[in-house]
Amino acid sequence: MSATDVLELSAAQAADAIAAGSLSAAELFDAYRARAAADRAAGAAGLNCFTWVAGDGATPEPAAGALGGVPLAVKDLFCTKGVPSQSGSRILEGYLPPYTASVVRRLEDAGASLLAKTNQDEFAMGSSNENSAFGDVRNPWDRERVPGGSSGGSAAAVAAGLAPWALGTDTGGSIRQPAALCGIVGLKPTYGSVSRYGMIAFASSLDQAGPLTRDVRDAALLLKHMVGQDPCDATSLAFPGEIELPTAERLDGVRLGVPEELSGGGIEPGVLEAFRAALAQGEALGAEISEVRLPHAPHALSAYYVIAPAEASSNLARFDGVRFGLRAASSPEGENASDLLDMYTRTRHDGFGPEVKRRIMLGTYALSSGYYDAYYGRAQRVRTKISEDFRSVFEQVDLIVTPTAPSVAFELGEKTADPLAMYLNDFCTVPMSLAGIPAISIPCGLSQGLPVGLQIAGPAFSENRLLNAAYALEQSLGFDGAQARV
Amino acid sequence: MAIHRMPITVIGRDEVLHVARLARLALAEDEIEPMARELSAVLDHVARIGELDLDDVAPTSHVVADAVPTHPALRPDEPRPCLPRELALAEAPAVADDGFLVPSPQA
Repeated sequence: MSATDVLELSAAQAADAIAAGSLSAAELFDAYRARAAADRAAGAAGLNCFTWVAGDGATPEPAAGALGGVPLAVKDLFCTKGVPSQSGSRILEGYLPPYTASVVRRLEDAGASLLAKTNQDEFAMGSSNENSAFGDVRNPWDRERVPGGSSGGSAAAVAAGLAPWALGTDTGGSIRQPAALCGIVGLKPTYGSVSRYGMIAFASSLDQAGPLTRDVRDAALLLKHMVGQDPCDATSLAFPGEIELPTAERLDGVRLGVPEELSGGGIEPGVLEAFRAALAQGEALGAEISEVRLPHAPHALSAYYVIAPAEASSNLARFDGVRFGLRAASSPEGENASDLLDMYTRTRHDGFGPEVKRRIMLGTYALSSGYYDAYYGRAQRVRTKISEDFRSVFEQVDLIVTPTAPSVAFELGEKTADPLAMYLNDFCTVPMSLAGIPAISIPCGLSQGLPVGLQIAGPAFSENRLLNAAYALEQSLGFDGAQARV
Repeated sequence: MAIHRMPITVIGRDEVLHVARLARLALAEDEIEPMARELSAVLDHVARIGELDLDDVAPTSHVVADAVPTHPALRPDEPRPCLPRELALAEAPAVADDGFLVPSPQA
């Protein structure tokens, strides 16, 4: 098979070709490694998708298992034994973990080969990948625009054909939003269905790993080998049943609900147009479409920007220069750290970027004496109301559909001066995160020549239903992402 | 029904420095004023949750286990072996006597 033909295959097709003997795993790995290494070598002239790429001679032994050796790009924040895992932060620069994250190990056991680690917003805090200590990632559809975030490197790499598929994490939209902005598929699973062990934590009650892939079938195949309870993650749950590869061609009788709160105000006209065209396509496939209400959804972003920073401020307390990562050795005046407290505070000053500092401060404030009930306590009650909203809507409809992001990819630097404007990117994705329910983004068209994402969400553990609906829509929408494969 | 309307939040310089101390975070002089402004803007937005009546609402703990009570339980909380000492120390910035070496608390 020629190198070009190899790149045309989806990951699932490549795994099938390897199983059938028409493609060698080594050939596939080498083709992708060469492309990933070229992007890494290009620095700022490339897309800057990667923070590490497997070296020459690292071609893995032909792997047994359903994934057949198909190479996998993994977001920087997953611990990978002996391979730099830095969560996009200066404070973890060069950190080599002593163990591998459970979900990565599961995928390797199923035959995935580690191709590269992908660039991301620092500690997954961001919606544009402009908060990485290792530089901005560029969108392969337009290099002057952001890929979204925080899994921006994973999304751009898959869209550009620099990796067949990738792992990301989603706390408030960090898989779905970059997938939407890069014209690929991204799925955030039900909270608890994928182990968080070995993921460098941002907000533990929200963080969830998921696939970023070229198509829906690939997302199903990767997710199939990710889910399962893990004794190393106290919050993980057994997935009831198995993830199946989707086959649906029609949506007859499927009830799709469009929440008024997430499909009107604040969304770009071009995005709404593509969204409505996708709904019409759904109707043509037999779906019944109705309006639904999520009355507390307008409060989701407020609750999220209490809960996520509060949990982050606690999780990031571990970065203090003692056990791993950066230690500030001297003050700006060249003095040695005078005492322990001085060492902590200067290490954290030097190691964290501005957005991470902002969220640590916000979270520390919200958890500080006298404010806990007014902020974190209330936010967790809002969260209960949001979950109840979804439960009552899922008594009327099977799935909820919204645009994934309120705009197409925006220009680098466009929103960096205003943190609140950046946070508003997540207003369609955060409610599902707070409710812990699964949601997938698929590309549904173009606006201004840039991809638009359609989000489909369902009740906890409805991944198979989601994947089938997404698959049927994908087949009939016929979105072509080939032009982004540079 | 009690409505918890939160006052407009304005975080000043002193409060920023207080929270930074709690967070073990040194801030440079030129980071303080922008931090005060940005935190105030976000907290203002966040204060909208004060408008909701939440008196009889239970806070979420595990979002899925709470919502799907019939679902198989979380794993039992049993002790498991931890990382061996030499691995735990391998990435430490400074080590002495099989432990993490740090500056004296009151040097």
